Order: sequence, then structure tokens, then C-alpha cells
Amino acid sequence: MIRIRVEDRDGSIRVIEIPDTVDLNLMETLKIYEYKLRATCGGMALCADCHCQVIDGGNNLPEPQDAELITLENHPGASFNSRLACQIRVAEEIDGLSIRLMGETE
Amino acid sequence: MAQITTDICIIGAGPVGLFAVFEAGLLKMRCHLIDVLQQVGGQLSEIYPQKPIYDIPGFPVINAQQLVDGLMEQIEPFKPGFSLGERVTGLEKLDDGSYIVSTNEDTVVRSKVVVIAGGLGCFEPRKPPIDNLETYEGKGVTYMVKDPGLFRDKKVVIAGGGDSALDWTIYLSELAEQVTLVHRGDTFRGAPDSAEKVAHLAGQGKINLLLQSNVTAIQGNGRLQKVQVLDKNKLIQTVEADYLVPLFGLTPRLGPIADWGLQIDKSAISVNTLDYSTNIEGIYAIGDINTYPGKLKLILCGFHEAALMAQSAFKYVYPEQKLSFKYTTVYGVNTF
Repeated sequence: MIRIRVEDRDGSIRVIEIPDTVDLNLMETLKIYEYKLRATCGGMALCADCHCQVIDGGNNLPEPQDAELITLENHPGASFNSRLACQIRVAEEIDGLSIRLMGETE
Repeated sequence: MAQITTDICIIGAGPVGLFAVFEAGLLKMRCHLIDVLQQVGGQLSEIYPQKPIYDIPGFPVINAQQLVDGLMEQIEPFKPGFSLGERVTGLEKLDDGSYIVSTNEDTVVRSKVVVIAGGLGCFEPRKPPIDNLETYEGKGVTYMVKDPGLFRDKKVVIAGGGDSALDWTIYLSELAEQVTLVHRGDTFRGAPDSAEKVAHLAGQGKINLLLQSNVTAIQGNGRLQKVQVLDKNKLIQTVEADYLVPLFGLTPRLGPIADWGLQIDKSAISVNTLDYSTNIEGIYAIGDINTYPGKLKLILCGFHEAALMAQSAFKYVYPEQKLSFKYTTVYGVNTF
């Protein structure tokens, strides 16, 4: 199991447990767990609807690639710990990650 | 003021709106499309023109812009009208059952049927989280440069790091009294030529370049006067500004459609899957903007919805005629 602590926009906190066989990115996974993410671009790192802040446990995250960095740098609400959930693969490395959802709801 | 009379007014010129012209055209119904964006194609052209799409039947892979170009070619025989760069602001039902759709540019479209193919909504500027920002809209805060002459000999702060922020910084550096570009990153990852020019202008002292910084507050006295900028070291500086131009791209919002009495479910319009009609007679919703049990937000599903919508809309456009379904393989594409 991969455990991720998710703080929603209303401040509510939940730890979701994801089977480690899942083959999805974090944006898709959050949608499965019924978090409201609009995800306009569908996972191409273009819209920032899945913008989240990494609160803790981000040491093992893969470095953001150019597409993600471009989008975040041009996003007015982004901060130093911002990531796009669609660019994070759900895998053992992110077990223990703590994030705060920032992007658009549906 | 443009006054247009047509059979179907289509709100949204994305792929599904465009294909609706084809399906309507086969049934001899004329269309006029309105879109807030300056170009057709919706999300495809605005957000991901160069991205490949893999689930269009018959095309193992097609670039998003190529799909839009192909759709434009496909509907050309039906001579659709376009009002681009215009935001739909009003909808009125007339006594004879027809509709008047009006825009912020005073275009008025009279049609028997309205089809909402608005995707995720109307693209609007993405606004930075600054208190009072909306208070100063039109009083110094603007999200686009429509008339560059407005900035002549003025102090302008541009916020953003994308191509448009770079391009307008370069352009306005010749015109404005002072241009300050505020960017939260330490580099520009967009067009290298423009980034180089901006760095050169900053080196020459022709613009102020504030990197790793954000605009965090604005001040004024009825009109914008000052912009507060916070850098990564938490140092605040105040920049005098007649104009603040935040350029952070566009994001879709449902907009005025939400107030038309349509049944809305989670920012989408509920439709009957028989023909994708809404709860208001003569108004249909197709593509990403509608919702129904089992809805999939796929272009190909929108195409299907457009076909069924057109068959149903026929009864409003030609109430006296009986519709007989015809295959294009048998009858070809008969234009107007």
C-alpha cells in the first residue's frame, strides 16, 4: 500500500491508501478517490488544474520536467513547493507523501 | 453591431462545435458559431495545439491543430459564420420560439436552435491571488493588451513569465515610460529569443526585471497607483504603476450560461441522451460541457452527440418537413 496524506481545499485531511499495483499518475488516482480535480488538459502538464503543494515527504519525488516547470512558473498561485499531480507517478517512492490540493475543482 | 439570422447558433468553436456544423449542414441547416477565443479549435488550439491525439477513429495519431484544420476543411462547404473573440452575454427567447444570442461585442444572432458546445466553459484570464484585484479591473488592472497606445508614457507592471509576458514587455519597452516585468521563476523557459531580448533590455536599464518575485498587493486611490512585489527573500518593494497586466494564460469558466435556467450538475449541463437536448426546448448541449450517466469527455463522444443533436434540431428548423436519414456514402455531401 502507498499512503498519501491529502489536504483538500476546505482544509479536510484524509490519508488515502493506494494499492501499489496501481499504474496511474497522482491526478488520476485522486480522481478515483473522488477528489474534485477538473484536469482540463487531461494530464499533459498544461493547465495546472491539478496544482498541489507538497507539504512533506517530497524528497523521493522525481524532479519536475520542463513542461511542468513552464506551467508552474506561469501559474499565479504556484509556490516553491508546488507540483502538478498529473506529473507524479504513483509508486512506492511517494509513500508517505503529504500534499495540499490547490487547483480547480470540477 | 452585427445582426445575423441563421438556423443554429453554436456557442463554442471547439472540435465538437465545428463538427456540429457538418452534421447540421447535411440536413440543410445553416450555423453561426461564437467563441470567446480569437481562433477556432477551443482547447485544442488554445491549450495543446502541438499535442498528438490517439483516439480519433481513422487517425492512429493526429496533432490537435491538424484535427482542427481538418474539421475546418470538412465544414467549409456549409459556409458557417463565425464571431470569434466574442463572449456570449445574453440569451432571449422570442414569442415564435426562436432565440436571440448576444455577445459583448454587440453581435446579435437570431436562430431557431441554440447549441452549447462550450467545452469546459468560456476561457477567461487566470487571475493572480491579490486582494482587491477585481476592484481595480478597468482602473489600471487589465488582463490583455488590446490597445497598446493606452500604455504610452505610462508606468506598466507586467506579471508572468510566458511568451505573452515576454512579448509585451519587449513591445511596451519602446512605448511606456517604465516597464517592470515580475516573474516568479529565475529563468524564462519559453521562447529563447524573447527571453534573451528581455535580459538585454534589463541589462541596458530599459526595463526593470524582477525575478523570483510575485506581485502580492496593489494600492491606489480609485485608480491603480502602486504594486507591491515580494521576492524569494521575503523582501517587499513597491513599484509605481499606472497599469498592472497579469499575463498567466486562460482558464475556462462556465460564465453566463450558468444563469440561463439550464439544469446544471457539477458545472456541466444535464442533457437527455436521446438527442442531447437540455431542459429548455430548442437548446442543446454537446461535448465536454454536458453531463449524463456514463458521460465520457472525449472528442469522439462529442462528435456522436453532434450527430444526434442535428437530427433532433431539424424539427425546429423545418417543422413542416419529415426527416429521412441519408448516408453520405450514398448521397455525398450536398452543400448549400
